[in-house]
Amino acid sequence: MTTGNGVVVRAERVSRQYEMGAAVIRAVDEVTLEIRAGEFVALLGSSGSGKSTLLNLMAGLDRPTGGAIFANDRNLSELSSLELARYRSRTVGMVFQSFNLLPRMTLQENVELPLRLAEVDRGERGARVQEALERVRLEKRLTHRPSELSGGEQQRAALARALVNRPTLLFADEPTGNLDSATGESIMLLLKEIQQKLGMTIVMVTHERPLAERFANRIVALADGKLLTDGVKS
Amino acid sequence: MKAGDLGELALRNLREAVLRNSLTTLGVAVGVASLVAMLSLGVGLQELATRRLSNSGLFDTVIVTARRNMQGMRRPAANPVPAKPERALDDDARSEFARLPNVVEVYPQIRFPTEVRYNGNPYSTIVAGVPDSARGNGSYDGIQGSFFSGPNADEAILQIEFAKDLSEQTAGLIGKDLVVRYAEREALPSQTAAGGAGGNTGDAGAGGFSIVPHEKKLRIVGIVETEPAAGFGGFGSGRLLIPLEVASALRVAQVNDLRDAVRVTNGKPAYASLTVRAKNPSQVEAIETAIKNMGFGTFSLLDATRNLRLFFTIFDLLLAIFGSLALAVATLGIINTLVMAILERRREIGILKALGAADRDVKQLFFVEAGVMGLFGGMLGVAFGWFIGRALTWGTNIYLHRQNLPSAHVFSVPWWLVLGAIVFAVGVSLAAGLYPATRAARLNPVEALRYE
Repeated sequence: MTTGNGVVVRAERVSRQYEMGAAVIRAVDEVTLEIRAGEFVALLGSSGSGKSTLLNLMAGLDRPTGGAIFANDRNLSELSSLELARYRSRTVGMVFQSFNLLPRMTLQENVELPLRLAEVDRGERGARVQEALERVRLEKRLTHRPSELSGGEQQRAALARALVNRPTLLFADEPTGNLDSATGESIMLLLKEIQQKLGMTIVMVTHERPLAERFANRIVALADGKLLTDGVKS
Repeated sequence: MKAGDLGELALRNLREAVLRNSLTTLGVAVGVASLVAMLSLGVGLQELATRRLSNSGLFDTVIVTARRNMQGMRRPAANPVPAKPERALDDDARSEFARLPNVVEVYPQIRFPTEVRYNGNPYSTIVAGVPDSARGNGSYDGIQGSFFSGPNADEAILQIEFAKDLSEQTAGLIGKDLVVRYAEREALPSQTAAGGAGGNTGDAGAGGFSIVPHEKKLRIVGIVETEPAAGFGGFGSGRLLIPLEVASALRVAQVNDLRDAVRVTNGKPAYASLTVRAKNPSQVEAIETAIKNMGFGTFSLLDATRNLRLFFTIFDLLLAIFGSLALAVATLGIINTLVMAILERRREIGILKALGAADRDVKQLFFVEAGVMGLFGGMLGVAFGWFIGRALTWGTNIYLHRQNLPSAHVFSVPWWLVLGAIVFAVGVSLAAGLYPATRAARLNPVEALRYE
């Protein structure tokens, strides 16, 4: 799933601005960026720097107001809402800061949800859910609801849900933001392990430079919606 | 998303807010119950009226008379049309009518004024002949006593008002005898016709006849509220009913006898009028047309049945409109419930979209939830409506019994109404879900995910 030279996602002078009354807020301002296959990219920046907005644009959750984002050789802003939903379902996995598990569903049901949306056969679903939960070491908590899990376990469950459709791209928006440092580190180790074992491309938003420097192999810094630095670690 | 998954998720969502969704469903049920109760009442009353009128013999009969050439009695027309030759309403014509499709029976109308003696006292009344077929058509369901034991039985059934004239204790009349005095028409011996037409015309042809007074003893076997088979060709209700064959054998002089005595006929006896009964009222029109084409005059209450149908169609429509008002309120309830659900589940919608749900999936999810509420509301409403109808029938019958009237089914829930009400409830619910579902589908996932 590359767009050439191993590039899986390419943002070209992409902008996202919001109009709030008379004021125009440029959350992302003409950012150009390429994400290559197998990279672990950290989008680093302070609050309001535009990193989450850029992540949402690359994940197909939002549409840019200027420029273009290419994935699968297709301009995401030109896709219909149905095609964009398919992109989110089949190509992309997402992990959020606040886990976003559905509280009334068990772990098994939460992880199965993307499979339902992707119309995967019922017979195949059980094994896929089991596989995803084993990968995050939660296979024994199938029938538990999110409220019965710790924060770290909830984030691992969210990770299993993001992986269950076997995406090639994983977008993580402050995955350790709601966790203590020890639990956050365990989640980061898990992400790294998944990236290495599955050869996945991971784009993670964080405001913690030490975390980014320790786990990502490329750091893209943003401020006021603009790209400040883009550096690959040796 | 596949239909099965959609259904499972929708049911799960409905279970989550079970109280609110149950109340909304109950609202739909009340609306449907109101609609079903109203329409069932309309249908029931229509069936009751149709059944009663059908039993009365008014709507499935055609009265046939000979077409008279009356031109000589009117002012001459500017361009006179040559008169068609008159056809006699005789046994040949009767046989022709009987052979017409969908004709059940053909019989002469026999109805005559006479004097009855009971306990030595004279009473003036009208005697009517009743065909034996009336036994099974439900006309005499409410009879005190019984119907005639046979078509040739010397028995009588009294209309209640006449029975009251005879005795205050009407029930005591059953089994008693009375005497009917009547004027028999006897053909003059030299001019007796060869044909044995019978009927009320006597055996005389056009040659002449004499009038001879006779008496006939009859046993009272039953009493009815009204004359069920009064028809409309007799120009007055019979108050003393006797078997048609007995009435025919009496050969009572009729009002048309004097006229027929001076008319030139083919020598065969003619009837004053014949009653042609159809299998059901819908076939009356065709039979009437066929008989008219044979050259006879006809009369039926076809237009009256049309007007009756029109009346009940409008009546049902009005009942449906009033019944639908509650359903309209229930529709607002569904919209309210689903709009509230969107607000509550805003974040969930965002999560679903982030995980790959298309706008279509979200829309369908809300649609199915609305449809399920409509389906359950519809089924519950039909059950409620049925119970309301049963209660109405029960209450009505208690009142009727207190008024010494027979029971009546004023309520009917046909299958088409059950299915129609459920389909209507689902349809209305889906329509109510249209706006909330569209609104949910259009939610921006990023904004929805930010919602706390």
